[in-house]
Amino acid sequence: MTTSLDRRSLLAGSLVLGAGSLALPRIAFAQGAGSRNLLFVLLRGAADGLAMLAPVGDPGFEALRGASLADYENAPRIGSFFAIHPALAEIAKSAQAGEALFVHAAATAYRERSHFDGQNLIETGGTAPYATKDGWLNRLAVLMNEGAPAPLRALAIAQAVPLALRGSAPVSNYAPSALPQASEDLLARVSQLYAADSELGPLWSRALETKAMAGDDTMRNLNDARAAGELAASLMRDAGGARIGMIELGGWDTHANQRGAFARSARQLDALLAAYKAGMGAGWADTMVVVATEFGRTAKLNGTGGTDHGTASAALVMGGAVRGGRVVADWPGLAEAQLYEGRDLAPTTALESVLAGAVAEHLRLDPVRAMAQLFPGRDAAPLSGIVRG
Amino acid sequence: MSPASIALNRFGYGFSTRDGAPNDPRRFLLRQFDAFDPAPAAIAARLDTRAKTGEMLELLRRLRQDTRAMTAMEQAGAPAMADTAAEGMTRQEARAAALDGLPPEYREKLIDARRVLADDIGVRVNTTLASPAPMVERLVHFWSNHFSVSVGKPGTQFEAGPHEFTAIRPYVLGRFSDMLKAAVLHPAMLIYLDQFQSIGPNAPFAQRRALRGGDQQRPRGLNENLAREVLELHTLGVGGGYAQADVTELARALTGWTVPGIGRVGRFAQNQPSGAAFVALVHEPGVRSVLGRSYPAGEAKQALAILDDLAAHPATARHIATKFARHFAGDTPPPALVARLEADFLRSGGDLASLTRTLIDAPEAWAQGPVKFRTPFEWLVASLRLTGTEALPAQRIVGALTQLGQAPWRAPSPAGYDDLAASWAGPDALIRRVELAERIARNAPQDGVIARAEAAFPGALGEATLTQLKRAESGQQALALLLVSPEMMRR
Repeated sequence: MTTSLDRRSLLAGSLVLGAGSLALPRIAFAQGAGSRNLLFVLLRGAADGLAMLAPVGDPGFEALRGASLADYENAPRIGSFFAIHPALAEIAKSAQAGEALFVHAAATAYRERSHFDGQNLIETGGTAPYATKDGWLNRLAVLMNEGAPAPLRALAIAQAVPLALRGSAPVSNYAPSALPQASEDLLARVSQLYAADSELGPLWSRALETKAMAGDDTMRNLNDARAAGELAASLMRDAGGARIGMIELGGWDTHANQRGAFARSARQLDALLAAYKAGMGAGWADTMVVVATEFGRTAKLNGTGGTDHGTASAALVMGGAVRGGRVVADWPGLAEAQLYEGRDLAPTTALESVLAGAVAEHLRLDPVRAMAQLFPGRDAAPLSGIVRG
Repeated sequence: MSPASIALNRFGYGFSTRDGAPNDPRRFLLRQFDAFDPAPAAIAARLDTRAKTGEMLELLRRLRQDTRAMTAMEQAGAPAMADTAAEGMTRQEARAAALDGLPPEYREKLIDARRVLADDIGVRVNTTLASPAPMVERLVHFWSNHFSVSVGKPGTQFEAGPHEFTAIRPYVLGRFSDMLKAAVLHPAMLIYLDQFQSIGPNAPFAQRRALRGGDQQRPRGLNENLAREVLELHTLGVGGGYAQADVTELARALTGWTVPGIGRVGRFAQNQPSGAAFVALVHEPGVRSVLGRSYPAGEAKQALAILDDLAAHPATARHIATKFARHFAGDTPPPALVARLEADFLRSGGDLASLTRTLIDAPEAWAQGPVKFRTPFEWLVASLRLTGTEALPAQRIVGALTQLGQAPWRAPSPAGYDDLAASWAGPDALIRRVELAERIARNAPQDGVIARAEAAFPGALGEATLTQLKRAESGQQALALLLVSPEMMRR
């Protein structure tokens, strides 16, 4: 836990970059990523950054969110300015241990307020909805696979591969099935049926492996967040496991009665990450989790105690090597004139810079090149100083 | 694969006892041109829900500030399933929560939208199961995916089925330019890609609004979504030689094309054959220039003229030929086949019956193979046909397709569902097919599985599969194994 507002690290990061890219050649591209793991958690539905990490030190907060102020009375703090939502207790512990970093007032280039388009943009990494057809996480896998003897395993813990992971690099997906499990006898016979098939044979082996890695599956779906976190870890912690993982969490579209609804979703996120961290065991030292959402919510509570679609939100970076316990933000303020269009937390940090900077540092990629590949067409430089040097 | 097996499986939806054996494989396919019914009873009997679309868009418009309704509308697009065990509770709770607190008229509209969508998905699949022309049904689904719309967009639920039924089906053996105009200018597409609220910056409506000082609640101006996708996905293709200026000019020409029954300008709407409406008040006036060709001012006809030229463009011929070849003859289609199809498309002026005949005549399409991994939709339909299923309740169809990951009209982007093995041949997908196969086999007649296998893959049933079928402990198990056999997974 250092400063409350680490604006300097943000500014310094962008200043250093020109020189930084020259100073970085020791990091051969896509090399040495070794067994580093990356889990991307997409919060679908626009999670409220002001609830997640409340700027209790901002004089404008009480006027906007007076009704929920009590929630943060005994909540864990980062400095005197920010309070972590009490339902994020395990994440707060990680922050206190210096392993979780928040970025606040961040948004993608998207400035409209449709979930549909906003999610398309945060998944494709494009500058306009539908302008880009593949996902930035898949392009990350492509970068990592350059010159590698075999493509890394990229896995969506989801029933269908989400757009963020779609593209030319091979990816896999797994989700507990709601269909009745096939009988063991049938599974064994299918193994024989595919034994001589050069395509289906290996796929089937991987399927049975993943099934086994996932353990005796009593889950019917991914709704138990703790179990989903354990599942994600079980699929990523072994040498043969996935190096890039993605998981989605819904329930953030808190238009009414936000106090209860947000706390419920936050508890899910907290349980998921705690279970994942515990499940990764010693591998946690080489693991990074990045949590982001498509956009934020209105600063002021609406007439039904909720918030509507907004602009900037918060993001979270966690991991064994993350230089955490901080908030990186160029805080825009909450006075009415400081709000975006008079209603939303104003975006001062490009979320794309956070994503590109975090994954590049963690995976030892050239941040400038990563930014250009993952989020082409942006002016912003990738954020730096996220991982302990 | 034998020619007979290719005719059944690569070109069609697999074997069904009703269709008989393809003794002359090419004739077996060509006969289907005549057997195809663009509007069978179930489709013809589908009630007109167009008025509901206008009402729904009006609800959305009124609730623009209350984004809770937007969310509920988006979630309403999620397929409804009778089999609750097959659906995540969180999603259901979220949907229920989103519905709670909405005024009854909105709630009813959302429930109605879900029901209509599920019914339309049922009609699509059951029509295919009963069709005497499975190859032409494949064409329907190919073109429907080429002109993909998604019910994830609020307001499209009532229109996604009609889009396929009225803008695709009648044209699959007709002219590409006619299908292009019908599909692109159908209400489903106009809503999906935001065209319906695009306004020409110099249109009379925009001018008047500027004088009044503007209205924050109203959509702002030109929207290029549809124009971009028409050039990139529907016609010329990526690298088809167009520039941003062409996108903008096409977007300007498209202004005025909207959905009937909405907005203050609705009363000025002229209804169009595609089901859309044209409102001259929001159309950008003036001459347009697209790909170096000039189009005089012409209101609704201006966009039609541009679309006709785009349909005839050589880049479009190349793009369509490539996709068509990829769908039938392999993820990396043989260049010789692409060239044949391209030449035919140009020569015939985009006659899709001629294009299909050229495909059937091309030796490359009959490569021994197999050349494609079946998509979840293809696999489910082929499985149901093979087991002799004549029709299934809509809810079960929706449930199965959702579990398999390919619910109709729900592709993640306007590019449609991928037509590549890499997107579908995943470990999780195989497990799900095995699970579903066991379930389907339980409810189907289980006799004569080996004879059925031989009929389904004439001269092409592998020794490994035959061995496993013979060893199966029951007819039910043999049928399940047949449904997931390598022969069923690929075509």
